[in-house]
Parts: sequence; structure tokens; C-alpha cells
Amino acid sequence: MTLTESQQLAYVAAQAADARVNLQFETDDGMTLNIGPQHPATHGTLRIIVRLDGEQVVRAEPYPGYMHRGYEKLCEVRTYPQVTTLVNRIDWLGSFANEVPFILAAEKLMDIEAPPRAQVIRTILFELSRMANVSLFLGDLGIQLGGITIGFYAFRDREFVLNQIESATGGRFHPNFDRIGGLKDDLPKGWIAETKRCMERMRTFCDQFETLVLGNEIFQARTRGIGVIPPDVARSYGLTGANIRGSGVDWDLRRDSVPPGLSYDKADWKVHTHPDGDSFARTWVRLQEVRESTLIVDQLLDAIPSGPVMAKVPRIIKVPEGEAYVATENPLGEMGYYVVSKGDLVPFRVKIRSASFNNISIVPWVTRGVFVPDMVTILASLYFILGDIDR
Amino acid sequence: MPMLLAIELAYWQETAIKVAVMAVLVPTTALILGIVFLFKMMSWMQSRMGPQEAGPRGLLQLLADGVKFLQKEDIIPDAADRFVFKAAPIVVLVSTFLTYVVVPAGPDLVIENLPTGIFFAMAVSSLSVIGVLMAGWASSNKYALMGGLRAAGQLIAYELPLVLAVTGVVIQVGSLSMQDIVWAQATGEIFGWGGIGLPLILTQILAFFVFMAAVQAELAQPPFDMPIAETEVVGGYHIEYTGFRFLFFFLGEFATAFAFAAIAATLFLGGWYVPGIPPDSVWANVVGPIALFVKIMFVSFLIFWFRFTYPRFREDQLQTFAWKYLIPLSLVNITVTGIVVVAF
Repeated sequence: MTLTESQQLAYVAAQAADARVNLQFETDDGMTLNIGPQHPATHGTLRIIVRLDGEQVVRAEPYPGYMHRGYEKLCEVRTYPQVTTLVNRIDWLGSFANEVPFILAAEKLMDIEAPPRAQVIRTILFELSRMANVSLFLGDLGIQLGGITIGFYAFRDREFVLNQIESATGGRFHPNFDRIGGLKDDLPKGWIAETKRCMERMRTFCDQFETLVLGNEIFQARTRGIGVIPPDVARSYGLTGANIRGSGVDWDLRRDSVPPGLSYDKADWKVHTHPDGDSFARTWVRLQEVRESTLIVDQLLDAIPSGPVMAKVPRIIKVPEGEAYVATENPLGEMGYYVVSKGDLVPFRVKIRSASFNNISIVPWVTRGVFVPDMVTILASLYFILGDIDR
Repeated sequence: MPMLLAIELAYWQETAIKVAVMAVLVPTTALILGIVFLFKMMSWMQSRMGPQEAGPRGLLQLLADGVKFLQKEDIIPDAADRFVFKAAPIVVLVSTFLTYVVVPAGPDLVIENLPTGIFFAMAVSSLSVIGVLMAGWASSNKYALMGGLRAAGQLIAYELPLVLAVTGVVIQVGSLSMQDIVWAQATGEIFGWGGIGLPLILTQILAFFVFMAAVQAELAQPPFDMPIAETEVVGGYHIEYTGFRFLFFFLGEFATAFAFAAIAATLFLGGWYVPGIPPDSVWANVVGPIALFVKIMFVSFLIFWFRFTYPRFREDQLQTFAWKYLIPLSLVNITVTGIVVVAF
């Protein structure tokens, strides 16, 4: 393959820009440590350049963008039903949850509402993907702190959730199951009973996590008081999800502004907050979130109404002109799609507000003066997914 | 002591046999620990399968891994200090080999029964710090440097409780020789009852715990594995090592674990002595190694059990733990032991 001259020039310019960044950091005082893009603590390709004084962090600067896939632009050349295939690769651990806000935005523009049965099943699948996502966080936190056993337990028990998602949707990681106006299919036979058993298992996993990790003295010494984010700072950096609830802010989109199309109001559940704002608080909140999720699913499984799972929608979907922003409480935090339509087969513009990008924006603030091991704790407890940062 | 084999050997023949035994023993012990604990027990505790394909039930996996390491390219970074880089794994391995010299496996089965055996073992085991520092510095890698410095700080801090814990045993027995320590336990009596001898864990229980905690840190195993913490310093001082040089570090780690378990078994659990078999009989030479092996496996189980259960400390918490808890505890143990020995 031969490169054109402009391609070669662009390549050289990119290399030079990279070298300039490196040079700038190498020539300053103190030791500069380049963490990532290939580093286990960044679980993905996040690059963080850390200026160190001994093992103490003077300044940490995250450089995202190593996994940018241009989804917002790609959405402009996909028809509306095709977009879900793209966007469920954003947060790859809870991918069904990525499809929902986009579909809801499209439904809002088209003024369609999914039938009640589809809404409940959608909510159940949403919560299942939350469990698949957050339970892996709980295991990953253990791995980051050196206790790898809980990591394997998390992988083991997440498998049961993934099995349920797979048997309902056909896809373990990328279901692509949500449709404008409902769902692709109805639930398979025996799914409800099987899911209830799976929820029991997840609750057992939560108990296991509580005794093996949360109650461990070393774990507490490593997380309590580490990476404290006060509520006002958390708000000003736009943190969402468990990160802001760990700072004591009672904020949950599932309760506060649930968009039409999801039926959280049919279940009785509560939002957990923790006043400390440290890494332990964020972990605790996420653990309670998984527990609460299993309860939501249990209640909704009993309340699935009968009826169709698909509303009447035209065969060729053309979304009328207009714009809509719909945000839901995804596993990582607020995820919103701002969709602009010109009445075409494809969206005119899609802006994705993903939670992790805002969540890691606080890294320079929260890692000032901590030690390198604490930085690992903080990064793990902030919990980001690289696809969710770079999109 | 009667001789099991009444053969007189020349000095060079004896030395050749001892060297051969060492050369086989050290890698074998590392293999045994690696397979039994790292592969089998760990996967069992973590409810997963572990290696299954290589050999019956995957028992040859580590051997296969060893062959794999030998095939890998030997990469030395451009900026590395080549001589020091190459020497570091050898220094670590030499320290491991030397530790085996003084551990007795029977009344006559000891490579060299030094009168200052335990002192020698403590001294050569801390040689590995030099190798680790060399590896950290010579790699010309920031992560390796951080790992090496962490390791040095940690090993020096935990050398002290280790030695102080041993001191309690030495005071009670009144000898530095490992053989004498075993004999004292074999011939000891619990309030006049000599059925099982007197395993020193009964009187030195505090020293045993301090010793085990310090050993865990010496081996850089979780919860004290900051020098090689892969999520922080990505393998630490062995980040730049590949192929057989990495294999040396790996061998060193597990063989040292076995050596420390052997020392702990000898000091606190009676070493090669088995209740019911007189320590001066010929049979003690036959049963001794088996008994020692069983005891070593028990102590290793404790070491690896902690390894798989706990998350890791932070560097400053580790130092706090050593200087504020372990060292005062072992000083208390020494004081009490000294008073009791003098009073009775």
C-alpha cells in the first residue's frame, strides 16, 4: 500500500505532535510517569501523564482519545434502526443500556410510545445490563487493589446475567434488541423463573463481596478517605451516577426524571447515597445499586403485563423534523442522546453525552497530592469504560 | 549420630553430590509450589478450572511454561546497563540457592550443618535485595525503578522482624545451628511428656506469626506485593525481563517461598522430626525428608492462602505495619522468652 503525500504529511505531523507532548513533559522538573495507554490500571487505552515527586502525584493529566471511533459522525450515515448497532458498543459492559436513550429520543421525535409490555421488559433488560456492568466493577476493584479472587467471582456470577440477556435477546454483549416502538421479540419460555434464580445468585454475590472485600481491613485502609470528592465539586465537574451519589448527592435519573418508555415507577425501590465521598463510599453505593437492581427486576418480573411488544410503526422509519434530548441513568451515570432530525432516513446530528468522559474529568482535581497506589484506587473507584470516554 | 550409608567419600565427590542435589532440588521445589498452589489451589479457591490440557489434569503446565520462556527472545533495553541487567536475576537465584544449604532434611541429610545455620540463612536470603535493586536500576525504566526501590525499602523493613522473630527461638534453644534447633524440639518435653517432643510453635506462637508476616513481605506476595504490583508498577523490577531471565526471577520467587517455608517448618514445627521415630535412628533419615516436606507444604499453604485472600497494602501502610506492630511484638517476644529462659 502506498501513501499519498498528504497522508504521509499527516502521519509525520501526528508523530511530531506526540513527540512534543512527550518532550514537554520530560524536560520539566521532577519525574514524569506516563501511565497508559497500555497500563492495567487504565483498563483500556486511557493515557494519564503524571508528574511525580517521589511517589506523590503533583499533577495528573488524562489524555483520552486513543479509542475514538467517531460514533457521533457515523450515526449521521446510519438509518435510525441501524444506529443501535453502533451505539451499544459505547459502554460495552452494559450495552443494552446504551441503546435505550437513543431509541427513546427517536420515539419522542416520532411521538410513538412502546406498548406497556415492551416498556417493562425494556426496563428489566436495562437493569440486567446494569448488573452485568457494575458487578464487573466490583470484581475489577478487587483486582486493582491486588485481591484478585473477587475478580473471578465477579466474572463467574456475571455469566448468569449474561446468559439471561443472551437467552432473551440473542446477544451476550451487543443485544441490539431495542426497536423504535418496542422490542424485537417477546421473552422466551421459562425466562422469568430462570431470571429470578439469577437474581438470587447476584444477591449472594453481593453478600460475598461485602464479607470478602468491603469488610476487609486492608481494603478499608486502602479506600477510606482516599479520593474524597465533596458534593459541590462533584456537581461542578458534572459527575453522575454512583460517583455523585457516593458524594452524598441524592440524584438519580431513574427516580427524578424517568423518560416515557421505561417503567421504574412500577417497582418499589430506593436510591442509596453515602455521605463520605471517598473511594469506599463509591464502592458501597455501587454494591447497593446492584442489590437494588435485583429487587427492581424481581418486582418487574411479576408485573409484566400481557400484550404486544411492538407498537405500530411504519416499515420505513422516517423521523419528523425536530430535536430531542433524552437521558437515562446508565450503569456509569447519565447517558444522553441529543438527536437532531431533518425529516430524513438518517439523523442529521447526534451528540452523545456519556458519563465516563465527565467522570474522569475530575481526575486532575482529585489526584493532587495522592500516592501512585492511591491513584489506582481512585481511578478504579471512579469506574470508567474507555469506549464510554472516547465514543 | 549413626551413618545411614557407611561410605567414605572424598571431598570433591561429596561436593559434587551436594551440588547435583541442589541443582535438582531448587527448581523442583519451585515447580511443586507453582503447580500445587499457584495453579491448583488458587483456581480451586477462585472457583475456576485452572490449567487442564498439558499432561494429566494439567500437571505439566508449568513445565510447558518453562519451555515457553526458554524459547522467547532475550530482550535487553537499549538504555539498560547490560552487565548489571544480566547479573541481577543470577544474584537473586544465588541467594535462593544458598538458603537451601543449611536446612536439614534428616539427622545426616543436610548440605552443610553450619554452627551458625539460621544466621547464615537470614544473611543470604537478604542478598536478593541487591539483585532486585540491580534489576530495578539497570532496566532504565521508571516503573522498574519504582518497583526496585519499593522492594528495597520493604525487604529492609521486614528483615528486622524476621530476624527478631528468629531470635526468640534461638534464645530458647541456645544454638544457632538448624540441626540443634530440630534436636531441641525432638528431645523436648511438654511438662514432662515427651510424646511429640516440643514443637517450638507452642512456646513461640507470637514469633511464628511475626515470622510468617515477615516472610510474606520478604517474598513480595500479596498483601505485600507492591514491588511487583501489576496494576501500579506493572510488574515492577521484572517489567523489562523476558525469556529465561524472567524465568530466573520466577524460579527465585517460588524456590525462596519453599526455602522460607522450610525454615519456618524447621524452627517452629520440628523440622524433620516425626513423633514416634527416635531422632537418632536410621529411619529418621528416611522418614525425615517426607515429614519435612509435609510440614513445608502446610506452611506454604498458609503463605499462599493469604496471598489469594487479601488485597495489597499501600507502601506507607506496609512500613507502619512493620515498625509499629511487628517489631514491637517481636521485641516483646524476645523479652518474655529471655526472662523465662533465665528464670527457669
